[in-house]
Amino acid sequence: MEGDGGSEIKQWCLSQVKGAIDDDVTEADIISAVEFNHSGELLATGDRGGRIVIFQQEQESKTLAHSRGEYNVYSTFQSHEPEFDYLKSLEIEEKINKIRWLPQKNAAHFLLSTNDKTIKLWKISERDKRPEGYNLKEEDGRYKDPTSVTTLRVPVFQPMDLMVEASPRRVYANAHTYHINSISVNSDNETYLSADDLRINLWHLDFTDRSFNIVDIKPTNMEELTEVITASEFHPLQCNTFVYGSSKGSVRLCDMRAAALCDQHSKLFEEPEDPSARSFFSEIISSVSDVKFSHSGRYMMTRDYLTIKIWDLNMESQPVETYQVHEYLRSKLCSLYENDCIFDKFECCWSHDDSEVMTGSYNNFFRMFGRDGQAGVTLEASWESSSPRCPLRPWRVCAGSRRKEDEIGVDCLDFSRKILHTSWHPQDGIIAMATVNNLYIFQEKLN
Amino acid sequence: SAGSCHSVSSSGMAGADGDDSLYPIAVLIDELRNEDVQLRLNSIKKLSTIALALGVERTRTELLPFLTDTIYDEDEVLLALAEQLGNFTMLVGGPEYVHCLLPPLESLATVEETVVRDKAVESLRKISHEHSPVDLEVHFEPLVKRLASGDWFTSRTSACGLFSVCYPRVSSTVKAEIRQHFRNLCSDDTPMVRRAAASKLGEFAKVLELEYVKSDIISLFTALASDEQDSVRLLAVEACVSIATLLPQEDLETLVMPTLRQAAEDKSWRVRYMVADKFSELQKAVGPEITKNDLVPAFQNLLKDCEAEVRAAAANKVKEFCENLPEDSRETIIMTHILPCVKELVSDTNQHVKSALASVIMGLSTILGKDNTIEHLLPLFLAQLKDECPEVRLNIISNLDCVNEVIGIRQLSQSLLPAIVELAEDAKWRVRLAIIEYMPLLAGQLGVEFFDEKLNSLCMAWLVDHVYAIREAATCNLTKLVEKFGAEWAQNTIVPKVLGMANDPNYLHRMTTLFCINALSEACGQEITTKHMLPVVLKMSNDQVANVRFNVAKSLQKIGPVLDSNCLQTEVKPVLEKLAADQDIDVKYFAQEAISVLALA
Repeated sequence: MEGDGGSEIKQWCLSQVKGAIDDDVTEADIISAVEFNHSGELLATGDRGGRIVIFQQEQESKTLAHSRGEYNVYSTFQSHEPEFDYLKSLEIEEKINKIRWLPQKNAAHFLLSTNDKTIKLWKISERDKRPEGYNLKEEDGRYKDPTSVTTLRVPVFQPMDLMVEASPRRVYANAHTYHINSISVNSDNETYLSADDLRINLWHLDFTDRSFNIVDIKPTNMEELTEVITASEFHPLQCNTFVYGSSKGSVRLCDMRAAALCDQHSKLFEEPEDPSARSFFSEIISSVSDVKFSHSGRYMMTRDYLTIKIWDLNMESQPVETYQVHEYLRSKLCSLYENDCIFDKFECCWSHDDSEVMTGSYNNFFRMFGRDGQAGVTLEASWESSSPRCPLRPWRVCAGSRRKEDEIGVDCLDFSRKILHTSWHPQDGIIAMATVNNLYIFQEKLN
Repeated sequence: SAGSCHSVSSSGMAGADGDDSLYPIAVLIDELRNEDVQLRLNSIKKLSTIALALGVERTRTELLPFLTDTIYDEDEVLLALAEQLGNFTMLVGGPEYVHCLLPPLESLATVEETVVRDKAVESLRKISHEHSPVDLEVHFEPLVKRLASGDWFTSRTSACGLFSVCYPRVSSTVKAEIRQHFRNLCSDDTPMVRRAAASKLGEFAKVLELEYVKSDIISLFTALASDEQDSVRLLAVEACVSIATLLPQEDLETLVMPTLRQAAEDKSWRVRYMVADKFSELQKAVGPEITKNDLVPAFQNLLKDCEAEVRAAAANKVKEFCENLPEDSRETIIMTHILPCVKELVSDTNQHVKSALASVIMGLSTILGKDNTIEHLLPLFLAQLKDECPEVRLNIISNLDCVNEVIGIRQLSQSLLPAIVELAEDAKWRVRLAIIEYMPLLAGQLGVEFFDEKLNSLCMAWLVDHVYAIREAATCNLTKLVEKFGAEWAQNTIVPKVLGMANDPNYLHRMTTLFCINALSEACGQEITTKHMLPVVLKMSNDQVANVRFNVAKSLQKIGPVLDSNCLQTEVKPVLEKLAADQDIDVKYFAQEAISVLALA
């Protein structure tokens, strides 16, 4: 592929693989969320078992020129448990749908995690000392003879081995009738939104007993339902602006200054449909699976089944850039519909400087696009075929059977191995993604 | 206090050799680190007892360092700790040593939980007054600076609340530094800190010299009021009130009004809502002239705002705003500028707006007088009495007294009655409950004649409502009516109806008779109770439903004190004795209880 491997294209190297490398994967171990915090020092993953694992970047090796610090397990905790809604006779899965970090406010770190119904605020903090000294018992717990107490003793804090604690701080429950697909923290640092299929609610982080409904697209008659909310995010800088994407492929931008209830959007980003390309699958593949603002706040990126679109917030009529993620699947939509793959919700992310975007695909492939209009590269997350510090080899997918060493035929793709969840270090050339139960971390090759 | 220490000591274990007065304190200290949060909380709440036992020296050198490191604890424990430390001055040795309390409060002022931080700041403010001027500069003010330049916004937000307490008591050099710190926080990177600074701007302005109010505060105020985040801008509105109060009238126009005008027309409804919500305070702060020229049009706009939340907030202020208008032009302004907007709000599309208006609109009648009320307001009241939303109608009815004073309620009665009847039969029991609660008030205003004619039957109908809460409220309502109209009225109008229900086939209605008798006997007096009510109660002791029989026992216990002793012995006692031998266990129980309470055994 022309352009690939050119000096202007950055090269990526496998840095770490986390999780058991083993064909026998239990359902609970499947990773369902990946998210760097605002400094990139911490990386959180959530899984279908309701657990959250936080990795911390090692500090010391940051000074070395050839590699950045590795990520090691910092804290593991059970965020959500399976529940049963007795009123509706529904099981509520413990699967973590989304994780969002709060901007750091003191030495501790905070994150929001959500399953289908309940959002939780977690505090992750370190403790390196503990109190010692009792009056009425020994340090090992044996009680002393109370009559032997002749003086009072005040406990003293003594240093101990570093302990990382995760404690639940708030539980925001009972506000969603449908499944929560997105949470997003506002730049005002005190509110966040949570979106389900039909409604978006606004919460104050300090209050769990009330939330405000800011979008409600539920029709009076559910039979008239034609569109659902699929993703939503706050603008990174303007506290009054948020967007939500829909199953019909449109994105609405709302201004909370205009009204308390934002049912009336202030902008509608929608690409006119090409009537000649219309098919049974048109609507399904245009459904927005993720929407992300650029760090600058000027652009937003949407992911649908086959493309990434980049929109300038000042132009609603069409995207300023469109990247084909896996156009070769267009001829396969029928079988992808039959095996339900067509409903996969791929995430997408921006590089730290907004100059590149990344998203996942099938066969453990992921796609990187420079914003300069290049065709982009296809890379593979695979521990077998990569060696540390060696640049990843780009792949090329072609119709028909395999021809060259770096080519693979569409029919040879493994659709059970897909990269849905991706995250980009907010300040550095480090990316993280989930392949079933493994977390892959790649680093940009430094010259 | 010393008292509490003594009481703890004396309740201690009687040890043989050791100092038994130490035992309870030792328990309290150990429980400071118990695993059970409730026990830790208990110990923290008795921190003064521990400190007293340790003495001032050990409190300073051992207890406070321990508490300074305790910030890992649960919020409720930290909150209690922050509060305790605000009252700890004497326990560390008096004002001379009060600065020892700063380290633990400083660490509490940086935790993430807002309530804990706020409490720590409150305690810091409290103990700041106990610092000598020297200690304030040596110990307190450096703490404020440390917080103000802290890495995390939690500490910087806490700093915002401390400037105003140290500023008046420090040297002019330090004052200049404090002003600089405050300026920095007003333009902090994080909106949390800017919000904290904006919310303390008014308070800080109050302690500043006027020249600095004009030079420093105004520019900060202007900057915060045009912050990019509306959550910051709306807080500047509150500061506007304090700042306007501090400035001489002639400076308001140039220094404050441009910002206020801008806020009243802000793009964000939340800012305009804040202006509407603070409108009365703003009006008082800027004075009558500016009110006439600026606030009247601004208020009109808020009443016509496109966002219902803003209109509702403004509607709530209609009466207060009109009341505070300068007397010479009040009526003209209301009639030409405000009333037209109010008329539109009566038919607003949003029910919260209409009900906000309904809760204050009646107050305008006292301001406008009889003729204007009849001509202009009455049609509005009548329209609201017919509103589709019950809350609107209720709000009108609950404020009838203002109108009554000006034009008399008769003017309204034609429309009032259908409105009341409709509410009385509303499908929602909470609406019915609300209207019942206004019955005594209405009865007083409408008079006994009107009441008997139109409302009495409603009051009786509620007694057989299918919701217990309504029947209960209806019973209570009868008592209040009797208090208003007297025993004779009761005997003629309601007692016969109440007693008639004793023969109702539904046992719930029969019980209502008993509940009414319980409530009415005292208000009706001995004669009516003995002559009319008691025979019915006694007769009901033969009821086939046990619930009715034990309620007979309870009723007899209740009305017993109203009866004379002869009657108790000859009529009540035999019946209670019979009930005490009832086959139902509950009937027996309540009969025996009545016998013992009435001392009939």
